[in-house]
Amino acid sequence: MRADLELIYDWVPQGAHVLDLACGDGVLLQRLAQEKNVTGYGLEIDPDGITQCVSRGVNVIEHNLDDGLGSFCDNSYDQVIMTQALQALRRPDKMLDEMLRVAEEGIITFPNFAYWRHRIHLGLRGYMPVSKSLPHAWYDTPNIHLSTFNDFEHLCREKGLVIVDRAVGVGDHKGHWSSKWWPNLFGEIAIFRVRRR
Amino acid sequence: MPDSDTLAFVDRPADSVGLVTPHIAKFDTPLPLACGKVLPEYELIYETYGTLNAARNNAVLICHALSGHHHAAGYHGSEDRKPGWWDAHIGPGKSIDTNRFFVVSLNNLGGCHGSTGPVSHNPETGRQWGPDFPMVTVSDWVVSQARLADQLGIERWAAAVGGSLGGMQVLQWTMTYPERVANAVVIAATPRLSAQNIAFNEVARQAIRSDPEFFGGWYAEHDTVPKRGLKLARMVGHITYLSEDAMGSKFGRDLRSTDLNFGFDVEFQVESYLRYQGDMFSTAFDANTYLLMTKALDYFDPSAAQSSDLASALAPAQCPFLVVSFTTDWRFPPARSRELVDALTRAGKAVSYANIDSPHGHDAFLLPEPRYHALFNAFMTRIARELNIDEMAIDETAREETL
Repeated sequence: MRADLELIYDWVPQGAHVLDLACGDGVLLQRLAQEKNVTGYGLEIDPDGITQCVSRGVNVIEHNLDDGLGSFCDNSYDQVIMTQALQALRRPDKMLDEMLRVAEEGIITFPNFAYWRHRIHLGLRGYMPVSKSLPHAWYDTPNIHLSTFNDFEHLCREKGLVIVDRAVGVGDHKGHWSSKWWPNLFGEIAIFRVRRR
Repeated sequence: MPDSDTLAFVDRPADSVGLVTPHIAKFDTPLPLACGKVLPEYELIYETYGTLNAARNNAVLICHALSGHHHAAGYHGSEDRKPGWWDAHIGPGKSIDTNRFFVVSLNNLGGCHGSTGPVSHNPETGRQWGPDFPMVTVSDWVVSQARLADQLGIERWAAAVGGSLGGMQVLQWTMTYPERVANAVVIAATPRLSAQNIAFNEVARQAIRSDPEFFGGWYAEHDTVPKRGLKLARMVGHITYLSEDAMGSKFGRDLRSTDLNFGFDVEFQVESYLRYQGDMFSTAFDANTYLLMTKALDYFDPSAAQSSDLASALAPAQCPFLVVSFTTDWRFPPARSRELVDALTRAGKAVSYANIDSPHGHDAFLLPEPRYHALFNAFMTRIARELNIDEMAIDETAREETL
């Protein structure tokens, strides 16, 4: 399982009812269901991802996240998880509101634009960063709202949200000592657990 | 144990179930209907494909749509031009894989293809039932289907599957007999008809009922059929089955001849097509059955008894659902399927939903399409895995000999 998913796995409590936005092939939900008795649904828009979820026996609903979460009731889930999708949404701030309307707690992961490799790309070489976490060229990227570890913290503060936990992923590792101290510089993937106050 | 109806059949594709023969099941226990009347006795015609395994846990129920019937796959004779109506999805190696599953497909009560209906003999009067045949609902059908399952020794369906009106029967199964359905596949359906849907049905009914040959439903006793009415009903229905794009790409504004003839004969290809479809249908389908089936559609609304709360109506359901819609379906649009999915998630039921991109409108549920196939197949394969349904050992030598 992807490094950020391993970390999220530990953050989901036993028996929780979760909504996994952009659940991909459903591997996280499958493991959570099998090993932690977690229930819930994945939302996905990619046809292959949906078919793979169905193969795994993961509940998946075809849904465009830009349409919001209007069909889900207030406080109907324990947690809403969204991995690697925030940066591709039309209004990431509105989605954050929606997530924390549907559940008290949200887990969000996104590529940290301030990662040192990205900085070198842009700062020294003068090109838009292309990396493992941001593999697309500037003209065909689905990532239309790139942000940094610091940016997200700032948004959470503005919204009065509590940051319960934060972590970073670098490559295939869960985290490195350097990324603990300077996450904005050494974290490739930002991982946040937030709660409404 | 009922054996498969399938025989080896030369000159047919390898993924066909081959030649099939329908069976008749007789029921003597009176069936109380939702309308308050009681059907004292009745028969259901059905076909089966594949073999019921020793554990009797590999049976799949196929529920048909408005003008459907029991002949869902394979051929009745070597002169058949077309296979059953869902042959694209039922057969060896297909989504509903007959190497694994034992498929049961019946004609519903009130139908005109062999099950007891308006064209059957009414034992009380000695004449045809005609318009006297009681109104049957989706719930009535499900009860009658459960009795068929009893006769076949099927305690629980591995899956109940249906498109359009068939999907509504599947939904009803999960509420009436939750313990008898292990999985539900609801395709291109709706939890209830919209005002527009009912309006189209009413136009169809009025077309039939206002035909001078209708005789209040007693046309058979006048040795006639309300052909014009049925034809119109089918033409209107057919428009709602196709998408605007599908019609456009199939016919455009193409003319039958090179010039306009400034008259009311067939000029555009689409007119010719609709008239042909209508004509075919008007001699092949019973008008009273058509009236009954459209009413069954109109009446279906499981949420009605729960102050319009579909989630509470679905509370008894226990099985995982697969809900599928098609992007260009404007008869039962994706939003109606989504309504069902949202009610299921609110009720905390296991459900997966996909909205398949297809240009074919409502009819898409009948047709093969790669993504539709992959998804349907993934769901059915998962069922086989979870229920430990193995592929039947196929005796290759016997197969080769018959071929």
